Amino acid sequence: MAEYTKPLPEITPESRPFWQGCKRHQFLVQRCRACGARQHYPRGVCASCWSDDLEWLPSSGRATVYSFTVTHRTQARGFRDELPYVLAWVELEEGVQVLTNLVGCDPATLAIGMPVRVTFEDVNADVSIPRFTPA
Amino acid sequence: MRSAVIAGVYEFPERTTTRSVLEIQALSARAALADAGLAPKDVNGYFTVGTNPGVGPLATVDYLNLHPTYIDGTTIGGSSFVAHVNHAAAAIAEGRCRVALITYGSTARSSGIAVGTRERIAGEYVDQFEGLYGISTVGLYALVAQRHMHVFGTTSAQLAEIAVACRRHAGLNPVALYREPITVDDVVKSPMISSPLHLLDCCVITDGGGAVVVVHPDLARDLRTPPVRLLASAEAIAHTSAGHRDYLVSAAAETGPRAFAEAGVTHDDIDTAMIYDSFTITVLMTLEDLGFCKKGEGGRFVEGGRLQLGGALPINTDGGGLSSNHPGMRGIFLVIEAVKQLRGECGDRQVKDCRVALVHGTGGTLGTRHSGATLILGRA
Repeated sequence: MAEYTKPLPEITPESRPFWQGCKRHQFLVQRCRACGARQHYPRGVCASCWSDDLEWLPSSGRATVYSFTVTHRTQARGFRDELPYVLAWVELEEGVQVLTNLVGCDPATLAIGMPVRVTFEDVNADVSIPRFTPA
Repeated sequence: MRSAVIAGVYEFPERTTTRSVLEIQALSARAALADAGLAPKDVNGYFTVGTNPGVGPLATVDYLNLHPTYIDGTTIGGSSFVAHVNHAAAAIAEGRCRVALITYGSTARSSGIAVGTRERIAGEYVDQFEGLYGISTVGLYALVAQRHMHVFGTTSAQLAEIAVACRRHAGLNPVALYREPITVDDVVKSPMISSPLHLLDCCVITDGGGAVVVVHPDLARDLRTPPVRLLASAEAIAHTSAGHRDYLVSAAAETGPRAFAEAGVTHDDIDTAMIYDSFTITVLMTLEDLGFCKKGEGGRFVEGGRLQLGGALPINTDGGGLSSNHPGMRGIFLVIEAVKQLRGECGDRQVKDCRVALVHGTGGTLGTRHSGATLILGRA
Protein backbone atom coordinates (compact mmCIF):
# COMPACT_ATOMS: atom_id res chain seq x y z
CA MET A 1 0.00 0.00 0.00
CA ALA A 2 1.42 3.41 -0.97
CA GLU A 3 2.16 5.66 1.95
CA TYR A 4 -0.92 7.68 2.91
CA THR A 5 0.17 11.33 2.99
CA LYS A 6 -3.15 13.02 3.79
CA PRO A 7 -4.16 13.84 7.37
CA LEU A 8 -5.34 10.94 9.56
CA PRO A 9 -8.00 11.21 12.24
CA GLU A 10 -6.86 11.53 15.84
CA ILE A 11 -9.24 8.97 17.27
CA THR A 12 -10.39 9.44 20.85
CA PRO A 13 -12.69 7.34 23.08
CA GLU A 14 -15.47 9.78 22.19
CA SER A 15 -15.16 9.07 18.47
CA ARG A 16 -13.86 5.51 18.46
CA PRO A 17 -17.21 3.81 17.68
CA PHE A 18 -17.53 5.92 14.54
CA TRP A 19 -14.08 4.92 13.33
CA GLN A 20 -14.67 1.27 14.26
CA GLY A 21 -17.77 1.46 12.07
CA CYS A 22 -15.71 2.87 9.20
CA LYS A 23 -13.27 -0.01 9.63
CA ARG A 24 -16.26 -2.35 9.02
CA HIS A 25 -17.23 -0.11 6.08
CA GLN A 26 -20.30 1.17 7.88
CA PHE A 27 -21.03 4.89 8.20
CA LEU A 28 -22.58 5.28 11.66
CA VAL A 29 -24.91 8.10 12.59
CA GLN A 30 -25.61 9.00 16.22
CA ARG A 31 -29.19 9.05 17.48
CA CYS A 32 -30.24 10.42 20.85
CA ARG A 33 -32.20 7.94 22.95
CA ALA A 34 -33.69 10.81 24.96
CA CYS A 35 -35.03 13.04 22.18
CA GLY A 36 -34.55 11.06 18.98
CA ALA A 37 -32.37 13.66 17.22
CA ARG A 38 -29.75 12.41 14.77
CA GLN A 39 -26.40 14.10 14.43
CA HIS A 40 -23.09 14.26 12.63
CA TYR A 41 -20.25 14.87 13.46
CA PRO A 42 -20.50 12.44 16.36
CA ARG A 43 -19.91 13.78 19.86
CA GLY A 44 -20.35 12.88 23.51
CA VAL A 45 -23.68 14.62 23.93
CA CYS A 46 -26.78 15.16 21.86
CA ALA A 47 -26.53 18.58 20.23
CA SER A 48 -30.30 19.04 20.60
CA CYS A 49 -30.87 18.19 24.29
CA TRP A 50 -27.34 17.58 25.68
CA SER A 51 -28.28 14.07 26.81
CA ASP A 52 -25.30 11.71 26.76
CA ASP A 53 -27.54 8.70 26.08
CA LEU A 54 -26.66 8.18 22.42
CA GLU A 55 -26.77 5.18 20.11
CA TRP A 56 -24.92 4.49 16.88
CA LEU A 57 -27.02 3.49 13.87
CA PRO A 58 -25.61 2.19 10.59
CA SER A 59 -26.65 4.53 7.82
CA SER A 60 -27.60 3.34 4.36
CA GLY A 61 -24.55 5.16 3.03
CA ARG A 62 -26.79 6.74 0.40
CA ALA A 63 -26.67 10.51 0.12
CA THR A 64 -27.19 13.44 -2.22
CA VAL A 65 -24.73 16.19 -3.01
CA TYR A 66 -25.57 19.36 -1.01
CA SER A 67 -22.72 21.36 -2.50
CA PHE A 68 -19.24 20.79 -3.90
CA THR A 69 -16.13 22.62 -5.03
CA VAL A 70 -13.46 21.49 -7.45
CA THR A 71 -10.19 22.53 -5.83
CA HIS A 72 -7.47 23.62 -8.22
CA ARG A 73 -5.05 25.17 -5.75
CA THR A 74 -4.28 24.07 -2.21
CA GLN A 75 -1.49 23.63 0.31
CA ALA A 76 -3.33 20.77 2.05
CA ARG A 77 -1.12 17.78 2.80
CA GLY A 78 -1.49 14.93 0.34
CA PHE A 79 -4.00 16.85 -1.74
CA ARG A 80 -1.64 19.36 -3.39
CA ASP A 81 -0.24 16.46 -5.43
CA GLU A 82 -3.69 15.28 -6.58
CA LEU A 83 -5.19 18.41 -8.08
CA PRO A 84 -7.95 18.87 -8.93
CA TYR A 85 -10.00 17.13 -6.23
CA VAL A 86 -13.53 17.59 -5.01
CA LEU A 87 -14.58 18.76 -1.55
CA ALA A 88 -18.29 18.40 -0.83
CA TRP A 89 -21.10 18.52 1.67
CA VAL A 90 -23.39 15.55 1.15
CA GLU A 91 -26.69 14.86 2.90
CA LEU A 92 -27.24 11.29 4.07
CA GLU A 93 -30.66 9.68 3.69
CA GLU A 94 -30.75 9.77 7.49
CA GLY A 95 -30.90 13.56 7.25
CA VAL A 96 -27.44 14.68 8.39
CA GLN A 97 -24.82 16.53 6.38
CA VAL A 98 -21.31 15.12 6.00
CA LEU A 99 -18.21 17.00 4.82
CA THR A 100 -16.28 14.73 2.49
CA ASN A 101 -14.59 14.23 -0.85
CA LEU A 102 -16.34 13.06 -3.99
CA VAL A 103 -14.16 10.46 -5.71
CA GLY A 104 -14.33 8.18 -8.73
CA CYS A 105 -16.00 10.80 -10.84
CA ASP A 106 -15.27 13.39 -13.53
CA PRO A 107 -15.54 16.78 -11.80
CA ALA A 108 -17.22 18.15 -14.92
CA THR A 109 -20.20 15.82 -14.45
CA LEU A 110 -20.93 16.76 -10.83
CA ALA A 111 -24.15 18.48 -9.84
CA ILE A 112 -25.86 19.48 -6.63
CA GLY A 113 -28.62 16.98 -5.88
CA MET A 114 -26.94 14.03 -7.59
CA PRO A 115 -27.10 10.70 -5.72
CA VAL A 116 -23.89 9.37 -4.20
CA ARG A 117 -22.94 6.48 -1.94
CA VAL A 118 -20.26 6.03 0.68
CA THR A 119 -17.00 4.26 -0.14
CA PHE A 120 -14.14 3.55 2.22
CA GLU A 121 -10.39 3.76 1.72
CA ASP A 122 -8.50 1.39 4.02
CA VAL A 123 -5.44 3.48 4.76
CA ASN A 124 -3.91 1.42 7.60
CA ALA A 125 -4.80 -1.29 10.11
CA ASP A 126 -6.93 1.07 12.21
CA VAL A 127 -8.33 3.62 9.85
CA SER A 128 -10.70 3.56 6.90
CA ILE A 129 -11.62 6.96 5.51
CA PRO A 130 -15.20 7.46 4.27
CA ARG A 131 -15.69 9.30 0.99
CA PHE A 132 -18.56 9.40 -1.47
CA THR A 133 -18.85 8.37 -5.10
CA PRO A 134 -21.66 8.61 -7.68
CA ALA A 135 -24.34 6.02 -6.89
CA MET B 1 -27.52 53.47 21.27
CA ARG B 2 -24.52 52.30 23.28
CA SER B 3 -22.95 54.57 25.85
CA ALA B 4 -19.54 54.43 24.19
CA VAL B 5 -17.95 56.33 21.32
CA ILE B 6 -15.03 55.68 18.97
CA ALA B 7 -12.41 58.32 19.64
CA GLY B 8 -9.37 57.24 17.65
CA VAL B 9 -8.32 54.93 14.82
CA TYR B 10 -5.16 54.08 12.92
CA GLU B 11 -4.33 51.71 10.10
CA PHE B 12 -0.72 50.58 9.78
CA PRO B 13 -0.01 51.53 6.15
CA GLU B 14 2.68 49.04 5.08
CA ARG B 15 1.58 46.00 3.07
CA THR B 16 4.92 44.25 3.56
CA THR B 17 6.96 45.17 6.58
CA THR B 18 10.09 44.29 8.49
CA ARG B 19 8.31 45.27 11.71
CA SER B 20 7.21 42.52 14.09
CA VAL B 21 3.61 41.69 14.98
CA LEU B 22 4.16 43.44 18.32
CA GLU B 23 5.80 46.52 16.80
CA ILE B 24 2.92 46.91 14.35
CA GLN B 25 0.51 46.92 17.28
CA ALA B 26 2.60 49.33 19.36
CA LEU B 27 2.96 51.83 16.52
CA SER B 28 -0.73 51.53 15.70
CA ALA B 29 -1.76 51.96 19.34
CA ARG B 30 0.41 55.05 19.70
CA ALA B 31 -1.06 56.60 16.56
CA ALA B 32 -4.69 55.75 17.41
CA LEU B 33 -4.32 57.27 20.88
CA ALA B 34 -2.74 60.38 19.35
CA ASP B 35 -5.65 60.50 16.91
CA ALA B 36 -8.00 60.46 19.91
CA GLY B 37 -5.99 63.04 21.81
CA LEU B 38 -5.28 60.55 24.59
CA ALA B 39 -2.10 59.10 26.07
CA PRO B 40 -0.99 55.51 26.74
CA LYS B 41 -1.47 56.08 30.49
CA ASP B 42 -5.18 56.72 29.86
CA VAL B 43 -5.77 53.15 28.60
CA ASN B 44 -7.50 50.90 31.12
CA GLY B 45 -9.24 48.41 28.83
CA TYR B 46 -7.39 46.21 26.35
CA PHE B 47 -8.69 43.96 23.57
CA THR B 48 -6.98 41.74 21.00
CA VAL B 49 -7.20 38.23 19.58
CA GLY B 50 -5.39 35.28 21.11
CA THR B 51 -4.37 33.51 17.94
CA ASN B 52 -1.07 35.06 16.91
CA PRO B 53 1.45 32.52 18.27
CA GLY B 54 2.40 33.70 21.73
CA VAL B 55 0.78 37.04 21.12
CA GLY B 56 -2.52 37.04 22.93
CA PRO B 57 -3.49 39.88 25.27
CA LEU B 58 -0.92 38.77 27.85
CA ALA B 59 2.03 39.24 25.50
CA THR B 60 0.76 42.51 24.04
CA VAL B 61 -0.13 44.07 27.39
CA ASP B 62 3.36 43.16 28.62
CA TYR B 63 5.06 44.56 25.50
CA LEU B 64 3.06 47.80 25.64
CA ASN B 65 3.58 48.11 29.42
CA LEU B 66 -0.16 48.62 29.96
CA HIS B 67 -2.07 48.12 33.22
CA PRO B 68 -5.65 47.48 32.10
CA THR B 69 -8.47 46.85 34.54
CA TYR B 70 -10.43 45.04 31.82
CA ILE B 71 -8.97 42.51 29.36
CA ASP B 72 -10.65 40.62 26.50
CA GLY B 73 -9.07 38.13 24.10
CA THR B 74 -12.18 37.15 22.19
CA THR B 75 -11.08 35.20 19.12
CA ILE B 76 -13.84 34.39 16.67
CA GLY B 77 -11.98 34.80 13.38
CA GLY B 78 -11.60 37.92 11.29
CA SER B 79 -14.65 39.56 12.83
CA SER B 80 -13.06 39.51 16.30
CA PHE B 81 -12.14 43.19 16.33
CA VAL B 82 -15.67 44.19 15.39
CA ALA B 83 -16.92 42.14 18.34
CA HIS B 84 -14.24 43.79 20.50
CA VAL B 85 -15.95 47.15 19.88
CA ASN B 86 -19.19 45.62 21.14
CA HIS B 87 -17.43 44.20 24.20
CA ALA B 88 -15.57 47.44 24.88
CA ALA B 89 -18.85 49.34 24.80
CA ALA B 90 -20.38 46.88 27.27
CA ALA B 91 -17.39 47.13 29.59
CA ILE B 92 -17.47 50.94 29.44
CA ALA B 93 -21.21 50.98 30.14
CA GLU B 94 -20.58 48.72 33.15
CA GLY B 95 -17.90 51.07 34.44
CA ARG B 96 -15.19 48.42 34.03
CA CYS B 97 -13.00 50.71 31.94
CA ARG B 98 -13.17 54.16 30.33
CA VAL B 99 -10.55 54.05 27.58
CA ALA B 100 -10.52 50.76 25.66
CA LEU B 101 -7.69 50.01 23.23
CA ILE B 102 -8.13 47.38 20.48
CA THR B 103 -5.04 46.33 18.52
CA TYR B 104 -4.14 43.94 15.71
CA GLY B 105 -0.92 43.06 13.93
CA SER B 106 0.08 40.41 11.41
CA THR B 107 2.98 39.62 9.12
CA ALA B 108 1.12 37.05 7.03
CA ARG B 109 2.62 38.25 3.73
CA SER B 110 6.26 38.54 4.75
CA SER B 111 5.96 35.22 6.61
CA GLY B 112 4.73 33.54 3.42
CA ILE B 113 1.44 32.34 4.91
CA ALA B 114 -1.03 31.15 2.26
CA VAL B 115 -4.05 32.34 4.20
CA GLY B 116 -6.67 31.09 1.77
CA THR B 117 -5.24 27.85 0.42
CA ARG B 118 -3.37 26.42 3.40
CA GLU B 119 -4.74 23.37 5.16
CA ARG B 120 -7.40 24.62 7.56
CA ILE B 121 -6.68 22.45 10.59
CA ALA B 122 -6.46 24.04 14.00
CA GLY B 123 -6.04 21.09 16.36
CA GLU B 124 -9.73 20.89 17.19
CA TYR B 125 -11.88 17.82 17.93
CA VAL B 126 -13.77 18.32 14.69
CA ASP B 127 -10.59 18.03 12.59
CA GLN B 128 -10.91 14.23 12.61
CA PHE B 129 -14.18 14.54 10.69
CA GLU B 130 -13.44 17.56 8.49
CA GLY B 131 -9.67 17.87 8.25
CA LEU B 132 -9.21 14.67 6.25
CA TYR B 133 -10.57 16.04 3.01
CA GLY B 134 -8.24 18.79 1.84
CA ILE B 135 -10.13 21.67 3.41
CA SER B 136 -8.92 25.22 2.92
CA THR B 137 -10.52 28.55 3.70
CA VAL B 138 -11.28 29.25 0.05
CA GLY B 139 -12.77 25.78 -0.44
CA LEU B 140 -15.13 26.19 2.50
CA TYR B 141 -16.43 29.49 1.08
CA ALA B 142 -16.62 28.03 -2.42
CA LEU B 143 -19.10 25.39 -1.19
CA VAL B 144 -21.49 28.19 -0.29
CA ALA B 145 -20.93 30.05 -3.55
CA GLN B 146 -21.64 26.89 -5.54
CA ARG B 147 -24.90 26.26 -3.73
CA HIS B 148 -25.95 29.91 -4.00
CA MET B 149 -25.49 29.67 -7.76
CA HIS B 150 -27.44 26.40 -7.91
CA VAL B 151 -30.39 27.58 -5.82
CA PHE B 152 -30.66 31.21 -6.92
CA GLY B 153 -28.96 31.32 -10.33
CA THR B 154 -26.25 33.70 -9.13
CA THR B 155 -23.46 34.04 -11.70
CA SER B 156 -19.68 34.45 -11.57
CA ALA B 157 -20.11 37.76 -13.39
CA GLN B 158 -22.35 39.01 -10.59
CA LEU B 159 -19.85 37.99 -7.91
CA ALA B 160 -17.17 39.72 -9.98
CA GLU B 161 -19.01 43.05 -9.66
CA ILE B 162 -18.02 43.03 -5.98
CA ALA B 163 -14.33 42.62 -6.78
CA VAL B 164 -14.55 45.34 -9.43
CA ALA B 165 -16.12 47.78 -6.94
CA CYS B 166 -13.46 47.13 -4.33
CA ARG B 167 -10.68 47.52 -6.88
CA ARG B 168 -12.06 50.83 -8.07
CA HIS B 169 -12.05 52.08 -4.48
CA ALA B 170 -8.52 50.75 -3.95
CA GLY B 171 -7.46 52.95 -6.86
CA LEU B 172 -8.44 55.92 -4.70
CA ASN B 173 -6.52 54.66 -1.65
CA PRO B 174 -2.79 55.45 -1.85
CA VAL B 175 -1.82 52.57 0.46
CA ALA B 176 -3.98 49.84 -1.13
CA LEU B 177 -2.03 46.78 -2.33
CA TYR B 178 -3.59 46.58 -5.82
CA ARG B 179 -4.79 49.80 -7.44
CA GLU B 180 -5.03 49.08 -11.19
CA PRO B 181 -8.69 48.88 -12.30
CA ILE B 182 -10.11 45.46 -13.20
CA THR B 183 -13.19 44.40 -15.14
CA VAL B 184 -15.78 41.68 -14.64
CA ASP B 185 -14.05 39.85 -17.48
CA ASP B 186 -10.70 40.03 -15.68
CA VAL B 187 -12.25 38.38 -12.62
CA VAL B 188 -14.07 35.55 -14.39
CA LYS B 189 -11.01 34.81 -16.56
CA SER B 190 -8.58 34.77 -13.64
CA PRO B 191 -7.40 31.28 -12.61
CA MET B 192 -9.94 29.06 -10.86
CA ILE B 193 -8.82 28.42 -7.27
CA SER B 194 -11.74 26.43 -5.88
CA SER B 195 -14.79 26.41 -8.12
CA PRO B 196 -16.68 28.68 -8.54
CA LEU B 197 -14.23 31.11 -6.91
CA HIS B 198 -11.48 32.56 -9.12
CA LEU B 199 -8.26 34.17 -8.01
CA LEU B 200 -9.81 37.65 -8.16
CA ASP B 201 -12.80 36.49 -6.09
CA CYS B 202 -10.31 36.02 -3.24
CA CYS B 203 -8.82 38.57 -0.87
CA VAL B 204 -5.17 39.54 -1.03
CA ILE B 205 -2.55 38.51 1.51
CA THR B 206 -0.66 41.33 3.22
CA ASP B 207 1.05 42.31 6.42
CA GLY B 208 -0.75 44.90 8.44
CA GLY B 209 -2.50 45.94 11.58
CA GLY B 210 -4.22 48.77 13.30
CA ALA B 211 -5.78 50.11 16.44
CA VAL B 212 -9.13 51.50 17.59
CA VAL B 213 -9.84 53.50 20.77
CA VAL B 214 -13.34 53.23 22.28
CA VAL B 215 -14.11 55.56 25.19
CA HIS B 216 -16.83 56.71 27.57
CA PRO B 217 -18.90 59.56 26.09
CA ASP B 218 -18.01 61.71 29.11
CA LEU B 219 -14.49 62.00 27.70
CA ALA B 220 -15.75 63.63 24.50
CA ARG B 221 -14.66 67.15 25.41
CA ASP B 222 -11.09 65.97 26.08
CA LEU B 223 -10.74 64.41 22.64
CA ARG B 224 -8.95 65.80 19.61
CA THR B 225 -11.97 65.39 17.31
CA PRO B 226 -15.67 64.78 17.95
CA PRO B 227 -16.02 61.00 18.37
CA VAL B 228 -18.08 58.65 16.21
CA ARG B 229 -21.21 57.34 17.91
CA LEU B 230 -21.90 53.62 18.32
CA LEU B 231 -25.58 53.30 17.43
CA ALA B 232 -25.79 49.51 17.64
CA SER B 233 -23.73 46.36 17.92
CA ALA B 234 -24.60 42.69 17.61
CA GLU B 235 -22.82 39.37 17.26
CA ALA B 236 -23.71 35.75 16.52
CA ILE B 237 -22.22 32.43 15.47
CA ALA B 238 -23.63 30.17 12.76
CA HIS B 239 -22.29 26.62 12.72
CA THR B 240 -22.78 23.09 11.43
CA SER B 241 -25.89 22.62 13.60
CA ALA B 242 -25.09 18.94 14.20
CA GLY B 243 -25.52 18.21 10.49
CA HIS B 244 -28.75 20.14 9.88
CA ARG B 245 -27.69 23.49 8.49
CA ASP B 246 -28.90 25.80 5.74
CA TYR B 247 -25.54 27.13 4.57
CA LEU B 248 -27.21 29.86 2.54
CA VAL B 249 -28.09 31.71 5.74
CA SER B 250 -25.18 33.36 7.54
CA ALA B 251 -24.78 34.84 11.01
CA ALA B 252 -25.61 38.24 9.51
CA ALA B 253 -29.24 37.14 9.35
CA GLU B 254 -29.20 37.19 13.16
CA THR B 255 -27.06 40.27 13.77
CA GLY B 256 -28.60 42.48 11.07
CA PRO B 257 -32.15 42.69 12.44
CA ARG B 258 -30.85 43.15 15.98
CA ALA B 259 -28.49 45.94 14.96
CA PHE B 260 -31.04 47.81 12.84
CA ALA B 261 -33.62 47.59 15.63
CA GLU B 262 -31.18 48.86 18.23
CA ALA B 263 -29.96 51.73 16.06
CA GLY B 264 -33.46 52.72 15.01
CA VAL B 265 -32.33 53.26 11.42
CA THR B 266 -33.40 51.67 8.15
CA HIS B 267 -31.35 50.27 5.29
CA ASP B 268 -31.95 53.47 3.34
CA ASP B 269 -30.21 55.40 6.11
CA ILE B 270 -26.91 53.55 5.58
CA ASP B 271 -24.58 55.82 3.59
CA THR B 272 -21.73 53.29 3.33
CA ALA B 273 -21.14 49.71 4.44
CA MET B 274 -17.86 48.03 5.27
CA ILE B 275 -18.57 44.36 4.59
CA TYR B 276 -15.95 41.71 5.31
CA ASP B 277 -14.76 40.60 1.87
CA SER B 278 -12.64 37.52 2.38
CA PHE B 279 -14.25 36.40 -0.88
CA THR B 280 -16.83 37.94 -3.17
CA ILE B 281 -19.46 35.44 -1.98
CA THR B 282 -18.97 36.67 1.60
CA VAL B 283 -20.17 40.14 0.58
CA LEU B 284 -23.10 38.86 -1.46
CA MET B 285 -24.35 36.62 1.35
CA THR B 286 -23.87 39.36 3.95
CA LEU B 287 -25.80 41.97 1.97
CA GLU B 288 -28.70 39.54 1.61
CA ASP B 289 -28.67 38.43 5.22
CA LEU B 290 -28.43 41.98 6.57
CA GLY B 291 -31.57 42.66 4.56
CA PHE B 292 -30.26 45.10 1.93
CA CYS B 293 -32.06 42.84 -0.57
CA LYS B 294 -34.10 39.65 -0.39
CA LYS B 295 -32.35 36.29 0.02
CA GLY B 296 -31.36 35.08 -3.41
CA GLU B 297 -31.48 38.51 -5.05
CA GLY B 298 -27.93 39.49 -4.12
CA GLY B 299 -26.65 38.76 -7.61
CA ARG B 300 -28.90 41.35 -9.19
CA PHE B 301 -28.44 43.73 -6.26
CA VAL B 302 -24.68 44.06 -6.75
CA GLU B 303 -24.92 44.76 -10.49
CA GLY B 304 -24.86 48.18 -12.11
CA GLY B 305 -22.28 49.82 -9.87
CA ARG B 306 -24.57 49.96 -6.85
CA LEU B 307 -21.65 49.11 -4.54
CA GLN B 308 -19.28 51.70 -6.03
CA LEU B 309 -18.75 55.28 -4.91
CA GLY B 310 -21.59 57.25 -6.45
CA GLY B 311 -23.85 54.18 -6.27
CA ALA B 312 -26.66 53.65 -3.76
CA LEU B 313 -24.55 51.62 -1.32
CA PRO B 314 -20.78 52.14 -1.64
CA ILE B 315 -18.94 49.36 0.20
CA ASN B 316 -15.35 48.89 1.33
CA THR B 317 -14.21 52.33 0.25
CA ASP B 318 -10.58 51.53 1.19
CA GLY B 319 -10.54 48.71 -1.39
CA GLY B 320 -11.40 46.02 1.15
CA GLY B 321 -9.67 42.72 1.61
CA LEU B 322 -10.12 42.05 -2.07
CA SER B 323 -7.72 44.85 -3.08
CA SER B 324 -6.32 46.85 -0.16
CA ASN B 325 -5.17 44.56 2.64
CA HIS B 326 -5.90 41.25 4.32
CA PRO B 327 -3.39 40.12 6.92
CA GLY B 328 -5.63 37.20 7.95
CA MET B 329 -8.22 38.89 10.19
CA ARG B 330 -9.33 42.22 8.77
CA GLY B 331 -12.29 43.18 10.96
CA ILE B 332 -10.40 46.08 12.50
CA PHE B 333 -10.02 47.75 9.10
CA LEU B 334 -13.78 47.74 8.60
CA VAL B 335 -14.14 49.80 11.78
CA ILE B 336 -11.24 52.12 10.91
CA GLU B 337 -12.53 52.92 7.41
CA ALA B 338 -16.10 53.47 8.64
CA VAL B 339 -14.85 55.91 11.28
CA LYS B 340 -12.76 57.80 8.71
CA GLN B 341 -15.76 58.07 6.41
CA LEU B 342 -17.97 59.41 9.21
CA ARG B 343 -15.29 61.97 10.07
CA GLY B 344 -15.04 63.03 6.42
CA GLU B 345 -11.33 62.17 6.22
CA CYS B 346 -11.33 59.92 3.17
CA GLY B 347 -10.23 62.40 0.51
CA ASP B 348 -10.78 61.11 -3.04
CA ARG B 349 -12.81 58.16 -1.77
CA GLN B 350 -15.03 60.14 0.61
CA VAL B 351 -18.73 59.27 0.56
CA LYS B 352 -20.63 62.54 0.28
CA ASP B 353 -22.39 63.65 3.49
CA CYS B 354 -21.68 60.35 5.22
CA ARG B 355 -23.84 60.24 8.36
CA VAL B 356 -24.47 56.56 9.10
CA ALA B 357 -22.15 53.63 8.35
CA LEU B 358 -22.59 49.90 8.82
CA VAL B 359 -19.78 47.48 9.60
CA HIS B 360 -20.11 43.72 9.32
CA GLY B 361 -17.34 41.27 10.07
CA THR B 362 -17.40 37.57 9.16
CA GLY B 363 -14.87 35.28 10.84
CA GLY B 364 -14.22 31.58 10.26
CA THR B 365 -15.75 30.04 7.16
CA LEU B 366 -19.24 30.27 5.71
CA GLY B 367 -19.03 26.59 4.76
CA THR B 368 -18.64 25.24 8.31
CA ARG B 369 -18.79 27.68 11.24
CA HIS B 370 -18.37 31.41 11.37
CA SER B 371 -19.04 34.44 13.50
CA GLY B 372 -20.82 37.58 12.43
CA ALA B 373 -20.45 40.95 14.13
CA THR B 374 -22.37 44.06 13.08
CA LEU B 375 -21.90 47.68 14.13
CA ILE B 376 -23.93 50.69 13.08
CA LEU B 377 -22.00 53.93 13.56
CA GLY B 378 -23.16 57.54 13.42
CA ARG B 379 -21.41 60.81 12.69
CA ALA B 380 -20.68 62.97 15.72
